Amino acid sequence: MGFSAADLGAIWLTLRLATVVTFLLLLIGTPIAWWLARTRSWLKGPIGSVVALPLVLPPTVLGFYLLLVMGPNGPVGRLTESLGMGLLPFTFWGLVVASIFYSMPFVVQPIQNAFETIGERPLEVAATLRASPWDRFFSVALPLSKPGFITASILGFAHTVGEFGVVLMIGGNIPDKTRVVSVQIFDHVEALEYTEAHWLAGTMVIFSFLVLLAVYTFNQKTRELERG
Amino acid sequence: MSISGSSGLATALTARTSETLVGASLLLFASISASAAEVDVAVAANFTAPMNVITADFERDTGHKARLAFGSSGRFYAQIRNGAPFQVFLSADDETPAKLAQEGFAEPASRFTYAIGSLVLWSAKPDLVDAKGEVLKAGKFTKLAIANPKTAPYGRAAIETLTKLGLLSAAEPKFVQGENIAQTFQFTQTGNADLGFVALSQVMKDGRVTEGSAWVVPAELHEPIRQDAILLSTGRGNAAAEALLKYLRTDRAKTVIRSFGYGF
Repeated sequence: MGFSAADLGAIWLTLRLATVVTFLLLLIGTPIAWWLARTRSWLKGPIGSVVALPLVLPPTVLGFYLLLVMGPNGPVGRLTESLGMGLLPFTFWGLVVASIFYSMPFVVQPIQNAFETIGERPLEVAATLRASPWDRFFSVALPLSKPGFITASILGFAHTVGEFGVVLMIGGNIPDKTRVVSVQIFDHVEALEYTEAHWLAGTMVIFSFLVLLAVYTFNQKTRELERG
Repeated sequence: MSISGSSGLATALTARTSETLVGASLLLFASISASAAEVDVAVAANFTAPMNVITADFERDTGHKARLAFGSSGRFYAQIRNGAPFQVFLSADDETPAKLAQEGFAEPASRFTYAIGSLVLWSAKPDLVDAKGEVLKAGKFTKLAIANPKTAPYGRAAIETLTKLGLLSAAEPKFVQGENIAQTFQFTQTGNADLGFVALSQVMKDGRVTEGSAWVVPAELHEPIRQDAILLSTGRGNAAAEALLKYLRTDRAKTVIRSFGYGF
């Protein structure tokens, strides 16, 4: 026994999805995290809560609304159709959009924490050395928050790999497009193919354990380094 | 000190309360068990609508109570094998109940076909599907929703139909799969898929299709979707479970089942 071609397809698709989502989330999440870390606006609370919503919402709620909003009668669906892009549900990019919402807090929060830990001081010092705001961000804030970015990338990636409910709601189970590993496992179980299910499920357990182990070890090391 | 003291008091109080509760519920149970009993039923998703009607009638007529759980037959199989507290199983197929019986989780003699499902090609748009299903040949659709053929009998029937019509390879790239027939219907109803092979029972009420447009797939295009019911081993001796299985065969229940587009 081992992985069938369909299983391998699902694994490959899942890795591709998680990579694209993590990359896009770092691009989108960094400015959000920066703003959340430094703003004194009253909007900090509301925006922070919206970002954190997927932590507490059942994935089915998110999937259900995404299906309606991205469907032919929803505002996003109308927009994508009028732009000639067709509809997002049941496509790879539909999953990407859904996963960006779903994994957002796992990327934004570690980065935000890292930005908050730096504090004002290093940036003020850089400013007195005539560093421009962009320069301050790229040569001071970013390098100092590297641990936050690494944690964010790992968690964002792993969380997207572990996504199930949302994909189930808007995926449509299409091989090589939306049939990710978690759905494939679900299918195996439903079809009473328990050996196949074990192979994939066991792999997921080991993968998830290693990811978390990496995060914890890494965090511990950085903390020790910081302490000197 | 004070913590352990108060928790001791709490334990004593809880013990007392639960004793009273147990006593009271035992009394209550004894008083009703003579006439009425309760049954937990695992029901295939496609049978949701008729089963709600039948159960209401059943409870009114017999005084028993039936709690319904809806889902896919494959998932119920796994749950039943692992100790799920159901006493009756209404499957979407005839294989899963047979398998449970063979493996000792159900009573082989109690198995019977409670309904034969009908497949329908349906669209939420009122004019998309014609009376002969020509829309499939014309190919004027972007997405066709079917239930997962690996796990759902209606999905298997959809594949058989397309194969018989010689349209499988043309339609396959447009497939989107629902995990069960309920999700397949949802994909179609929200318009995310413009066409879908769903259960006639999902779009039929009181003997007619109430919204959208539909083509009822002729029975000779696929193997009959035989849906079997079975008494699970946990339901042996449960009066409500046995009464419910008997009730499903009454004319009254059959009239309801037929009005949702099932055959026998």
